[in-house]
Amino acid sequence: MPADSTQIHNIGYRHYEGQRLGRAYAARSLFSQSLRGAYGLGRSAKSKVLPMILFGVMCAPALIMVAVAVATKANDLPVDYTRYAVLLQAVIGLYLAAQAPQTVSRDLRFKTVPLYFSRPIERVDYVRAKFAALASALFILTAFPLIVLYVGALLAKLDFADQTKGFAQGLVSVALLSVLFSGIALVISAVTPRRGFGIAAVIAVLTISYGAVSTVQAIAHEQGSSEAISWLGLFSPITLIDGVQTAFLGATSAFPGEQGPSTGTGLVYVLVVLALIAGSYAGLLRRYRKAGL
Amino acid sequence: MIATESLSMRFPRVTALDRLSLDIGPGVTGLVGANGAGKSTLIKILLGLSPATEGRAAVLGLDVATEGGRIRERVGYMPEHDCLPPDVSATEFVVHMARMSGLPPAAARERTADTLRHVGLYEERYRPIGGYSTGMKQRVKLAQALVHDPQLVFLDEPTNGLDPVGRDEMLGLIRRVHTDFGISVLVTSHLLGELERTCDHVVVIDGGKLLRSSSTTDFTQTTATLAVEVTDSDEHPDGTAALREALKDRGVATQDDGGGLPGAGHTVLLEAADEDTYDLVRDVVADLGLGLVRMEQRRHHIAEVFRTDESGSSGKPDESEQLTERAAAWAATAAAAEQTQTGGGRDAR
Repeated sequence: MPADSTQIHNIGYRHYEGQRLGRAYAARSLFSQSLRGAYGLGRSAKSKVLPMILFGVMCAPALIMVAVAVATKANDLPVDYTRYAVLLQAVIGLYLAAQAPQTVSRDLRFKTVPLYFSRPIERVDYVRAKFAALASALFILTAFPLIVLYVGALLAKLDFADQTKGFAQGLVSVALLSVLFSGIALVISAVTPRRGFGIAAVIAVLTISYGAVSTVQAIAHEQGSSEAISWLGLFSPITLIDGVQTAFLGATSAFPGEQGPSTGTGLVYVLVVLALIAGSYAGLLRRYRKAGL
Repeated sequence: MIATESLSMRFPRVTALDRLSLDIGPGVTGLVGANGAGKSTLIKILLGLSPATEGRAAVLGLDVATEGGRIRERVGYMPEHDCLPPDVSATEFVVHMARMSGLPPAAARERTADTLRHVGLYEERYRPIGGYSTGMKQRVKLAQALVHDPQLVFLDEPTNGLDPVGRDEMLGLIRRVHTDFGISVLVTSHLLGELERTCDHVVVIDGGKLLRSSSTTDFTQTTATLAVEVTDSDEHPDGTAALREALKDRGVATQDDGGGLPGAGHTVLLEAADEDTYDLVRDVVADLGLGLVRMEQRRHHIAEVFRTDESGSSGKPDESEQLTERAAAWAATAAAAEQTQTGGGRDAR
């Protein structure tokens, strides 16, 4: 063997001459990394456990309902598409409590945020990417069971037009729910770099507000003031979604006595939902104005 | 590479930068100042992240106020504080940061592997960062600043928290970033002494004002001092003294090394005017029949330059006096810091 073919070559430092895809690409990469992270993908095995279990729990009732509907040749699914997320709101709450702090407070706690802001992306891109990622993760969690229900309903040969309409209304409803809930949860968890606080605060805000609203609503129902019931729904996230879908998406309200808001009151619900979404976006932007470097 | 023009940054309570005008060329530039002197504020402005109260600044010919995004695409930044998530591996983390700088996925992976190898991380790069030593973490931080092949990197206190060996390695690495990788460096430190070995140019700021800006060769190489150490022989029981005598006969003045360091009395210091002095010393030692243990160029320390400079500077009397006073104070603290540092180094070894 000639001596010169056995040399070890130190190729030294090579400059990068390839493309630099810039700000939009970086924001998309951050979005996909955060979305994957919300299901524990690309992270340790331990962090996959909880989101995957919750995903399973979210889908299990849908599978059972479909199985029952197919087996008994029922005329309709036992639960409306729009009602499904309201019934399983505890699971949604748990998922958010676990994943919203994971999405934002990790970067704050380990002070990784300055590394992002010393790169082409701006504050706005960071906030949008994180917001979109968590909303998409939540949409996957809430929309997937609906797909299971829909496919099952078609397999059980239920009325196609009827089911498609219900499915579409359900999708709109969970989309709105995903954006609203993830906005609220992100603002809460971005306040503190401590993950534990974030988890507790998200659970507290979601469950306490719902508990308070439904208790007061029950009292109002006892006293027969049905007008008050529909207005009270404005004060917790899940009853807001319930109100919107009762007024506009053909849902049956889960309020006591099915006293959902009328179309007029429903408009107020929509406005409040939009205001909350915009407010949480603005709140996040404000938060990261301080956190840069 | 960097130019600022009467750059000021005022917060409600403090003035972080006060009409700072700088012009920094390619190479390794040290930015020295005490904690709170305005170093981090300056870097923040240069990255286009916070607008200056007044004045202008340009990095790589791009205005920081309007073209921050383009600057950040071509500049790397290594923060002073910890910034690494403990539960991911160095590879995963640096790949993600490369993509955040706009590198396509395949290129991001390739550049990550290259960069981590260049900063000296090998098999451990697949382990979670949480288990790394401080030195390894600093290397990961440096790697994420270099992964997108910037034209300029800002390194904020890269030697913080390192032991003397790690400090030397990091300084060597920084030097290589310029000499081998061709990337210009702006490195901050509060230790003047550690920058003189690494930097081509040193900028000293204090209280947001420019104290001094000169190249390290100006600082330290205007006169080359030669340190010579010889053995003793039977003929000349005190070789050092014999050499001193012989050199004096040839008209070369010598000094004691002094300073009370161990072995200092056995070193002869002399001013090397030109190449001939080296030959002369060699010949004299050979004639005396002594063994030449070492003959080395001894560079002045930046701190000494500050000290001797006290009476030299001109300008407005009040201001320059004040400035040189501060410079002297600086030199003293820097020298003290360096002494403790080398002392520590000896212990560690």
